[in-house]
Amino acid sequence: MSISGTTERPVAGGRLRFGDGWAGYGFLAPWLVGFFLLTLGPAIASFYLSLTDYSGLGAANWVGAENYVRIATDDPRFWTAMNVTFTFVLLSVPLKLIFALAVAVALNRGLAGLSFFRAIFYLPSLVGGSVAVAVLWRQVFAGDGLLNQALNALFGFEGPSWISNPSTSLYTLILLAVWQFGSSMIIFLAGLRQIPQDMYEAASIDGAGKARQFFRITLPLLTPVIFFNAVILTIDAFKAFTSAFVISDGTGGPIDSTLFYTLYLYQEAFTNFRFGYASALAWVLVLIIAFFTAMSFLTARFWVHYDD
Amino acid sequence: MTDAALSTTTIASRTDAAEPSVSPWKRALLYALLVAVSFLMLYPLLWMVASSFKPDSEIFTSTGLIPTDPTVDAYRRGWSGLSVSFGWMFFNSLVISLLVVVGNLFSCSMAAYAFTRLRFKGRGFWFTLMLGTLMMPQHAVLIPQYVLFLKLGWVNSILPLVVPKFLAIDAFFIFLMVQFFRGIPRELDEAAIMDGCGPLRIFLKVILPLSTPVLATAAVFSFIWTWDDFFAPLIYLNDIEKYTAQLGLRTFVDSTGTSDWGSLFAMSTLTVLPIFILFILFQRLLIEGIATTGMKR
Repeated sequence: MSISGTTERPVAGGRLRFGDGWAGYGFLAPWLVGFFLLTLGPAIASFYLSLTDYSGLGAANWVGAENYVRIATDDPRFWTAMNVTFTFVLLSVPLKLIFALAVAVALNRGLAGLSFFRAIFYLPSLVGGSVAVAVLWRQVFAGDGLLNQALNALFGFEGPSWISNPSTSLYTLILLAVWQFGSSMIIFLAGLRQIPQDMYEAASIDGAGKARQFFRITLPLLTPVIFFNAVILTIDAFKAFTSAFVISDGTGGPIDSTLFYTLYLYQEAFTNFRFGYASALAWVLVLIIAFFTAMSFLTARFWVHYDD
Repeated sequence: MTDAALSTTTIASRTDAAEPSVSPWKRALLYALLVAVSFLMLYPLLWMVASSFKPDSEIFTSTGLIPTDPTVDAYRRGWSGLSVSFGWMFFNSLVISLLVVVGNLFSCSMAAYAFTRLRFKGRGFWFTLMLGTLMMPQHAVLIPQYVLFLKLGWVNSILPLVVPKFLAIDAFFIFLMVQFFRGIPRELDEAAIMDGCGPLRIFLKVILPLSTPVLATAAVFSFIWTWDDFFAPLIYLNDIEKYTAQLGLRTFVDSTGTSDWGSLFAMSTLTVLPIFILFILFQRLLIEGIATTGMKR
């Protein structure tokens, strides 16, 4: 190996290095084309459009920062959308994390049937974003839906229509999001497996109870996974769209109570054809997400535990 | 080496064995709780499937799972409930999803191969940019992409849904494959080089055949996400003959309102059926895919 390697390498290596250079760009060509045509180009164009009054037809007239000024000072629906979206993010993400962690810890006790339960809890995550589940949710939380039937049968309680009541409609969507805690749970389970078992043994020899072990060992060692899940879930929550769209017939109603940011963006772009204004809205969303992500990374060193 | 091997076996046996500190009562309680929670979670889905076999009057009077008088009437009504048969829309969804699978496997594996195995100027630079696109929300590029496809005359066709996937737009799958390709021993490439193989042959004869697990994971996720996708078909497909099953279902909601839940549930059940089947067949693959990469959903 070593002898034939030393004699052949220069030849093979030389040929390969030359060939590789071209081959590298050859193999990368589809991605490069996609990157310039569908990502970088559009990102620049979208920033430019956000400074115009483009409507999809005719010319894009330069309006400077006007769209952004209007967003900040003269657009009540923008603030409604912000309010709805932040409520959704700030409630659904922590609840999802807590459920995912609780179930993962419960499943991680060497129970038989782990893979069965894991699959069951994961299933809602897989189908939860579909139109079918949104349709189902509409029925379950309707005035004469499954929930109220059950409440009536069990407690004789006549529930309202949770979907068409503006003070509860958003909470049905938060519940729908929390219902999909399964994929985070799987990531937690993988994280729990990494924690060395002997740490618990040492702790129990020292007389630490289960609760103490959880708060002193499990939780600190799991912080990198919690951090990862929190970032991913937050970004996803900001981008939520389908369920709100289907449940509210694309309106964000009743009375804009489920007007998710993405839904408002969709309406401005594809119902009102205000491409310029919608581009500005898109960039504001990108900045919000970037801000949250940056903040998580900046605060991470104060609470995320790393081995070294 | 022996130490490490020893400690892993002890850990393995510890986790396999029942934890001694958990009493049988507590264990039973935990099981009961898990069964109750999972039943509660699955109940709406089970009830939807059950209700699709109930006559409409029963949907609003019965919270039970067993139809007293099972019927497939709702399926018959739903199937032809729109001006275009649902069968046609399922066919559209299938075509789009399969093309996306092919596109993603083709373009993302090529890019991942270039990033992990080929040497060229600027590789690190492009790799960093690729990782950057992972973090970028699609909203930033949505409108110009739409305008581009509009100018190309592609709106109201499947091209905007499919062509970008042949250009490796789903950077997530590149990342997934890069992680996997890195684990394939380089000695295999070197042996192939000795045998006079060029980069293309190594890719086709060495890397791809060894990568079936990651290719399968990418294929299943591509299929499910495309099948489930609502936003892209919503903005790009206008004619009902071109609709996907998801769009058809939502149009059906609009046209029936709340008057015919039976057929809505029947069609809803059919649209999630392919996902259920893939889930049952590839459960392990999907769960491992999530556990190792932490992908969304």
